[in-house]
Amino acid sequence: MRKLLITVALGAALVGCGKHQAAPQNATDASFEAKLQEQLLDAKPGSVIDIPAGHYSLTRGLSLRTNGVTIKGAGMDKTVLSFKGQVVGPQGLLVNASDFTIENLAIEDTMGDALKIIQGKNITIHGIRVAWTDGAKTSNGAYGIYPVKTQNVLIEDSVAIGASDSGIYVGQSTNAIVRNNRVEQSPAGIEIENTVNADVYGNTATNNSGGILVFNMPSLLVEGHSTRVFKNKVFDNNHANFAANGSAVASVPPGSGVVVNSNDKVEIFDNDIADNQTANIIIASFYSTNYATKTGVAAGYNPYPEGIYVYGNHLKGGGNSPGLLEFKALKTAVYGINGSFPDVVWDGYANPKYKDSPIPADARICLQDVNGVLNADGPNGYKHPSTDMKPFECTLPKLPPVVLNPEPKI
Amino acid sequence: MKLAKCVASLGLLLLAGCHRGMPPVAFHAEGRPNTLSAWHVVEVHDGKLELNAGVVPYGLNSHLFTDYVHKLRTIWMPKGVSAKYSSANTFDFPVGTVVSKTFYYPRATDGKFSDVARTLRDHGDFAGLGLNMASVRLIETRLLVRRKDGWTPFTYVWNDAQTEATLTRTGAIEPMTLVDAQGNREDFKYVVPDEGQCATCHEASMVTNEIQPIGPRARNMNRDYDYGHGRQNQLQHLAEIGYLSDLPKPSEIPHEANWRDPAATLEARARAYLDINCESCHNPSGIANVTGLSLGSYMPGGSHYTGVCKSPEAAGPATGGRLFDIVPGKPDESILMYRMESTKPGIMMPELGRSTVDREGVALIRAWILAMKGNCDIVR
Repeated sequence: MRKLLITVALGAALVGCGKHQAAPQNATDASFEAKLQEQLLDAKPGSVIDIPAGHYSLTRGLSLRTNGVTIKGAGMDKTVLSFKGQVVGPQGLLVNASDFTIENLAIEDTMGDALKIIQGKNITIHGIRVAWTDGAKTSNGAYGIYPVKTQNVLIEDSVAIGASDSGIYVGQSTNAIVRNNRVEQSPAGIEIENTVNADVYGNTATNNSGGILVFNMPSLLVEGHSTRVFKNKVFDNNHANFAANGSAVASVPPGSGVVVNSNDKVEIFDNDIADNQTANIIIASFYSTNYATKTGVAAGYNPYPEGIYVYGNHLKGGGNSPGLLEFKALKTAVYGINGSFPDVVWDGYANPKYKDSPIPADARICLQDVNGVLNADGPNGYKHPSTDMKPFECTLPKLPPVVLNPEPKI
Repeated sequence: MKLAKCVASLGLLLLAGCHRGMPPVAFHAEGRPNTLSAWHVVEVHDGKLELNAGVVPYGLNSHLFTDYVHKLRTIWMPKGVSAKYSSANTFDFPVGTVVSKTFYYPRATDGKFSDVARTLRDHGDFAGLGLNMASVRLIETRLLVRRKDGWTPFTYVWNDAQTEATLTRTGAIEPMTLVDAQGNREDFKYVVPDEGQCATCHEASMVTNEIQPIGPRARNMNRDYDYGHGRQNQLQHLAEIGYLSDLPKPSEIPHEANWRDPAATLEARARAYLDINCESCHNPSGIANVTGLSLGSYMPGGSHYTGVCKSPEAAGPATGGRLFDIVPGKPDESILMYRMESTKPGIMMPELGRSTVDREGVALIRAWILAMKGNCDIVR
């Protein structure tokens, strides 16, 4: 109905008030948008939607609900879907379907999440770029690439820049591989949350507040475990944390390399982790986020990270300027004004279940090949920190690799 | 029963006398008719939006806020079939059912086409005998059609002449102005959803991907309606005319509060409001199940399921810097309020279906949270 009218109206608003306002959508973009919407609506299993090279300005979030569809662009810098003028949202592309493949295009400046895939099996995301082009801002969309409640998901060779929460966020999923991606300028570069079986490797995470996070949140149906983080480059994640308070990642201090929070069976090995100014590796409990309440946490939720195994990483620098006031004071108290935290900081929240008995071998935090650990003694307000490595001198059985079945087609 | 059905049919026949020139309702088992008139469900004749014979209007105890628009809802079914009653879910409607919802505004007094009245007087929503075109502006009529393979949505947008509505699959945006009784104006963009967005709210299960109507559930339809010859309970009426089977005794039928009813308790009103405005996504198998927040009136109150002291799961900037969905006694520290009070996509809730703030709904939920006991003290 009167699509031209809205163009005129937006144009008038632009002239009228002079504040930041979306550029009007031209007729070419409007007809592209309607065509793409119809292609998505009319797609059948097996359909391939080819989007040629070009910069397209869209006003409405797109959605797909048909299984077995492939969306293809001409390249992550050639086919650009821009949502700078988005009026109806909030996502860029919302997919509720299985056997979905998306490759070689960019999604920019969405008001909400750029690419959200909810409740599907066999998801392949290849060569996608998501970005907020005005730089790091709290008002940017929350997540760049966001599969949630999915099974068999591959995210590879993709780029995420400027998301206001996490660049790549795998939530409540089973069997995920996140490899060879680049994530920058987000509170969390890559976040694996409440997910069972994830391999995160070959990625570059830099200039985020936290590079790679493995979290369990407290009031969801799925508790995650079994994530391997290996062969990643995680350096200089010292960006100010611009996440809105209240979100899980807002609790991540700037300068965090790899962070495990309340998740179990996490293996961190063969990574290059360097110059993350709070600490290269942080292991923590939900209690450290300062969001734990009596009512808000599901019965049965385990807020303690258990079965964490760190070994064989190349660790360098970092820990010299913690991005959290309590940590700054703690660093000065333990290591002096010019000193640094060691490679690993543990917040010190231990499962009270094991208070009077030895902790089971598979629930331990085992650290190898690190220059030290700081038990921050969070439960007692950081009063009695400890640098004793002894409790962490152990090994754990290695986790099996994640196998995607069926194998992705790409 | 048979006699009652017969009498009711006679009544409908008498009504049908008014439907000059309207052929019987057409159920299209496939395809996408380009105009609303192809269905013969509601049509404009002689200055009136009329309902065809057998097209039964209904109202809801509490309804979804959509920019103060008014909604005329109808159900039509082919002869010889009926919907099966369910106490909790949308009734199981037979193939051939056509559910319609016409979105319209009372016109503002200045008579300008883009100016519409901001009014809570919803008696027009129960205008089962039609709408007077001199006093309303029709925006869109949405159909949900029960075909063999499930429900199919169609959205028809009315033309400026208000004579016909055309299929609009990819949505539309209409700049309009709400004018209240004191003449205060609020410009807004009325957004007609695209076909994909229909599913966002109407998808019953994220696993099966099936969509269905949201309104026609026992708890929300258990109320009276004025059919032009006296008031009658809607469910009884539907059963009498043969549209509804397996209806239990009145005492066994659940009843949702009307959230605008000052006689109902604050708790019942607030839960009814959240149920109809949020539950279609925020339920254990809906699209928002991933958030862990479930706002159906059947969920246990005062728990993290319904948001009390619950950390947001994936709100991002939509937390507004607040820590929990609901903080008892503190609406201005509750994310729920922040999202209801926003009109920005990505921040606002519901995600779709409005461009303005539901002031009365906000006031209700604010009062409800304010009256809530307890706290969200941090434990360490």
